[in-house]
Amino acid sequence: MSANAKPYGLIAEFDTTTSVLHAAEKVRDAGFRKWDVFMPFPIHGMDKAMGLKNSKVGWFSFLGGVTGYATGMLMIWWMNAVDYQIIVGGKPMFSPHGAFPPSYELTILFGAFGAIGGMLFLNRLPKLHHPLLKHKRFALATHDKFFVVIETADPKYSETETRKLLEAAGSKRIELVEE
Amino acid sequence: MSEVATQIKVPPVPAGLEREPLVNNNRSFGWISDRVSLITEGKTPKWWWAAFVPSIILLGLLGAMLFYQINTGVGVWGNHHPTMWGWDIINFVWWIGIGHAGTLISAILFLLRQRWRTAVNRAAEAMTIFAVMCAGIYPAMHVGRVWFDWWLFPIPTYQGLWPQFRSPLMWDVFAVSTYFTVSLLFWYVGLIPDLAMMRDRAKTKIKQFFYGLFALGWTGSNRHWSNYEKAYLILAGLSTPLVLSVHSIVSLDFAVSQLPGWHTTIFPPYFVAGAVFSGFGMVLTLLIPLRSMCHLEDIITMRHIDVMCKVTLATGCIVSYAYIMEFIIAWYSGSAMEKFHFMNRALGPMWWGWVMMMGCNMVVPQLFWFKKIRRNLVVVFILSIFVNIGMWFERFVIVVVGLYREFLPSSWDYYKPTWVDICTYLGTFGLFFTLFLLFMRFLPMIAVSEVKGVTPQADPHHPAAGGNGGHH
Repeated sequence: MSANAKPYGLIAEFDTTTSVLHAAEKVRDAGFRKWDVFMPFPIHGMDKAMGLKNSKVGWFSFLGGVTGYATGMLMIWWMNAVDYQIIVGGKPMFSPHGAFPPSYELTILFGAFGAIGGMLFLNRLPKLHHPLLKHKRFALATHDKFFVVIETADPKYSETETRKLLEAAGSKRIELVEE
Repeated sequence: MSEVATQIKVPPVPAGLEREPLVNNNRSFGWISDRVSLITEGKTPKWWWAAFVPSIILLGLLGAMLFYQINTGVGVWGNHHPTMWGWDIINFVWWIGIGHAGTLISAILFLLRQRWRTAVNRAAEAMTIFAVMCAGIYPAMHVGRVWFDWWLFPIPTYQGLWPQFRSPLMWDVFAVSTYFTVSLLFWYVGLIPDLAMMRDRAKTKIKQFFYGLFALGWTGSNRHWSNYEKAYLILAGLSTPLVLSVHSIVSLDFAVSQLPGWHTTIFPPYFVAGAVFSGFGMVLTLLIPLRSMCHLEDIITMRHIDVMCKVTLATGCIVSYAYIMEFIIAWYSGSAMEKFHFMNRALGPMWWGWVMMMGCNMVVPQLFWFKKIRRNLVVVFILSIFVNIGMWFERFVIVVVGLYREFLPSSWDYYKPTWVDICTYLGTFGLFFTLFLLFMRFLPMIAVSEVKGVTPQADPHHPAAGGNGGHH
């Protein structure tokens, strides 16, 4: 930590879901890009209030599922019908019906890996450090308070103007967070 | 952190629109975190030790029994010709069935938007994981030469052999291992925001480090919540067909064979309903004492107990239907072997197994039709134990009664478990309760962030949050 720490952004605290939702709408309408809302549980309607698009996690899961099903079918076909054939009860060497249950399970397994891996990748987690986690009040973001944070990196950021906006949005406690 | 009030003001709801709340006494967000965290942050209660010490002893018994069995061979169990599947397979199916309620609560009720699930899903999912661990021991030991268990997996070996995928037993390997992995991941993903809460509350460096490590740097950012909620929804969507497939595949271990009483298409749906039935029995057995020991009456309310009793009743009726339908199918099939099997089930030397199954699974749950009974904790607790016992006897009837009088009367033989069978089964309770007690002492037993999300003040349009009660 250097003595002249760089500011990371402005943090504004809110007490209720209603107030933070309306504050988010105001920040969105002011055209900010590098900002976020922090809360102990997901608030219904916050994605819309922030102007976020639908999450892309579904694509990762879909790719995982397709990979899982193909892996299952190809693996069973190759093992039991190509590489080492065993005749069991006069049944065909490969049948999609017999291969279906393990392939179905692998679809789900790889689909789940895709969903979780995709979520972590899109969120850039795990992360060992975040400037906000050093801020004293921020511990309440997992307890009972709601925070709007606007980063200094945002092109529209100005210490006085942005502070005014957050005050107008109804926050009674606005502080500067250091990097 | 408790400078704020523990209760919030909720304006009265117009007459006729009142619903029993999900969290009693209008508790605030802060109260919910404090209450749940107290179980892990407070002093270890005496009752915890009183439960933990016997659990550890039973876990030791399990270790001793498995050591003895591995060293000596499966002959130490009561399995013998013609009853080649005994307590090992009964207990495998029994434990894995118990797990199914956890996934039903976490996945299916999530998709059905049953908001009451939030109070019980964390503990029920933990129950699932530990029950599947207990279940997994049995097939692994049952193969006899445990050191060759890895042959079950498609691993290239010096022999150039592969598993034989036309066998339902291989399907079972994939179903159970996928079920365990996905349940564990689903549970962990649900835990991440609550681990972050534990990290932010932690007073010691060690706690901060470990909770912080497993919280993965979670901040509660809405950009993160957005991806998180989508991932959670997909996991629920994947776990639903998964849980239905797991017990279906377990039932195929039986149904794909040619034995009377096993070779029937009713098995998959009947096994799934039975699994959910037994699992809810176990959830009630666990949560009724825990809610009062841990003072969670405002979170796991009488409404929750009431709804879980109703699910038990519904699934109990489905299995009862299957029990009766099996007899009708046997009569209608015209097969002498089928008819004999079912006559033998009800009137043969092991009639008592059938009577226990019918009594505990068909008759006892009918009491849940009465609201007075559903709202009486002592009675519900006792009835839930009957459900656990009844479902054990169902598997006994299927496995043992299905085998001990097979096609050739010259092969008939009575089945009795040995002391090793009994002690191994008791030992799995040691494993289950040891893990469960450690879980409730070190991790948040209630899904805190989810419970906060179903309170009235969490809804930005609710008057309790300062909203105007309208819509967007």
